[in-house]
Amino acid sequence: MSQTVIQQDVAETDTMFDVELRKVFKVYNGETAVRNIDLNIRQGEFFSILGPSGCGKTTTLRMIAGFEEPTGGEVLIRGQSMANVPPYKRPVNTVFQSYALFGHMSVWDNVAFGLRLKDCPKSELQQRVGESLELVKMDSLARRFPAQLSGGQQQRVALARALVNRPTVVLLDEPLGALDLKLRKEMQLELTTLHRDLGVTFVMVTHDQEEALSLSDRIAVMNIGKIEQIGTPTEIYEQPCTAFIADFIGDTNLMPAELATLQGETVEATTRSGLKIWVKPQALFKENPTREVLVSIRPEKIQLGSTDSSEIANRYDGTLKHVMYLGNHTHYQVELPSGDVITVFQTNRSSEQLKPGMPIQIYWSASDSLALPV
Amino acid sequence: MNSAPAKPKLPFSWQGMLTALMYAFMYVPILVLGFYSFNDSRFSSTWGGFSLRWYDSLFNDGRILSALGDSLKVALIAVGLSAILGTMMAVGLAKYSFPGKGLYLGISYLPLIVPDIAVAVATLVFLASVSVPLSLWTIIAAHIVFCLAYIAVVVSTRLAGLNPSLEEAALDLGANPFQAFMKVLLPELTPAILSGCLLAFVLSMDDLLISSFTAGGGANTLPMEIFSRVRTGVKPDINALSVLLILFSGALAFLSEYIRFKSAQRQLGQ
Repeated sequence: MSQTVIQQDVAETDTMFDVELRKVFKVYNGETAVRNIDLNIRQGEFFSILGPSGCGKTTTLRMIAGFEEPTGGEVLIRGQSMANVPPYKRPVNTVFQSYALFGHMSVWDNVAFGLRLKDCPKSELQQRVGESLELVKMDSLARRFPAQLSGGQQQRVALARALVNRPTVVLLDEPLGALDLKLRKEMQLELTTLHRDLGVTFVMVTHDQEEALSLSDRIAVMNIGKIEQIGTPTEIYEQPCTAFIADFIGDTNLMPAELATLQGETVEATTRSGLKIWVKPQALFKENPTREVLVSIRPEKIQLGSTDSSEIANRYDGTLKHVMYLGNHTHYQVELPSGDVITVFQTNRSSEQLKPGMPIQIYWSASDSLALPV
Repeated sequence: MNSAPAKPKLPFSWQGMLTALMYAFMYVPILVLGFYSFNDSRFSSTWGGFSLRWYDSLFNDGRILSALGDSLKVALIAVGLSAILGTMMAVGLAKYSFPGKGLYLGISYLPLIVPDIAVAVATLVFLASVSVPLSLWTIIAAHIVFCLAYIAVVVSTRLAGLNPSLEEAALDLGANPFQAFMKVLLPELTPAILSGCLLAFVLSMDDLLISSFTAGGGANTLPMEIFSRVRTGVKPDINALSVLLILFSGALAFLSEYIRFKSAQRQLGQ
């Protein structure tokens, strides 16, 4: 029965989903942790679930792993329903945030643990464990015990221990959270290399937006138990659906405003302070006209200085209030006559020094100001 | 390298004197006892030269040896059963929540703070009220009460320090719950279980009060035998026995601490 259903899906969409969540709901002691999640994760994809702590992202991952049963809805892996399938019978392996290495076993035995339980023949076991350790560059430390390893090395062993079982899906719970910045950058690069070379589906949970943007093929942004948007990193950053996403991922200038009547591609919005901004409304507003919106402008899309281009709809005179020099770029705060303070990021190309108190002009195009639902 | 100034050394200080006095108060009696165990003379007041005759007579004393046998039997059975029950109790309490868990926790660890005499009298009264005849087995039952609590406390401490994801990691890698317990949780807890057992073993071997209240049917533990003998005056062979007991307990306590230290070294930070 279910087999035919999958084949129909494949025929229709021409993609196979490794993980599907259908209307998944999770209630803990009367509190809803995850509400009505629908998620399709493609085969071979590096998929991230991004959100602030307590948004339900780890609970979602634990429901895929089988440590939690959904209160409602269904989890499918390769089209098979995972209802009442315990974690040890699911074709997934997890890299835990705390690594959860077995302290009484050597690195080798940690990695061999899963294969030994499956009664893998000895020669195959030797070969696969060796290969996995080589893959994460830990083959020379196979005889060590976890307590004798650094955090980064433990992380590699945890990865090898998951990968050696050749799971359909690798689940990563904040895999780099416990590492320092430099090591994290290094491991990020290795994770993408591993993912590309192995072609296995990776599902990662993280609260680090930069990590999600740089590693993922697609990202689901979660907030208070709900998925707010699913998309590629560019879509999530450039076309956020909600003010929460615009604010959570990267930096933004958010201003409550009222839209004028929609006509054509751009429309004028008036902020509470009386500032008029030309914005590019989303399709959503064309279908359901609302007047109350939040206008979002990314600080790096705003230019300092004057322009003659007639395509630039938004130009303002202001006063420079604060300058924060950060090496490769500078953050400026510009106060407009309306009283609004706009943050502007500029890369440091010239050594020209702007001083607070100087009069300054700023401009950005209408397509760089988004109108988002309140 | 180290630029920290060296700590000033005081050749003589009141802190040092107090410490020396405290140690003297604790250990001089034991040294005196050890000294007299090698005394050839029958009386403590005179030194008759070095001799091992009291140790020799100890090993030929049938009553001492049979009391030692009873003590070992009680300690080994009580500790063995407590190890299984105590571990199960600690794991169960850490893993599940059920109504009345707080009350259950409090009651289970109560034997650690209730005075021995209260436990002894209560056990005797209880055994009498349900008319269970006193025997070696009633001593064992009474010893399980406190051994269980000690082992459960030590195992609980280790469990609390254990990474909660360990068991999930085992399940995730394909172990069923029983395999996860046997292959991951139990090995991680073994040092704590052993260390708790050694502690409970020493306490059981040492117990006089509870044993003498619950003993029957000719059961006679080593502390009971020693106590009955010193009532008529301390004989040098008891000195020798005490020295052996101190050395034995010390060795066990050292072993228990060593196991704890070794396992703490291997335990992962987190």
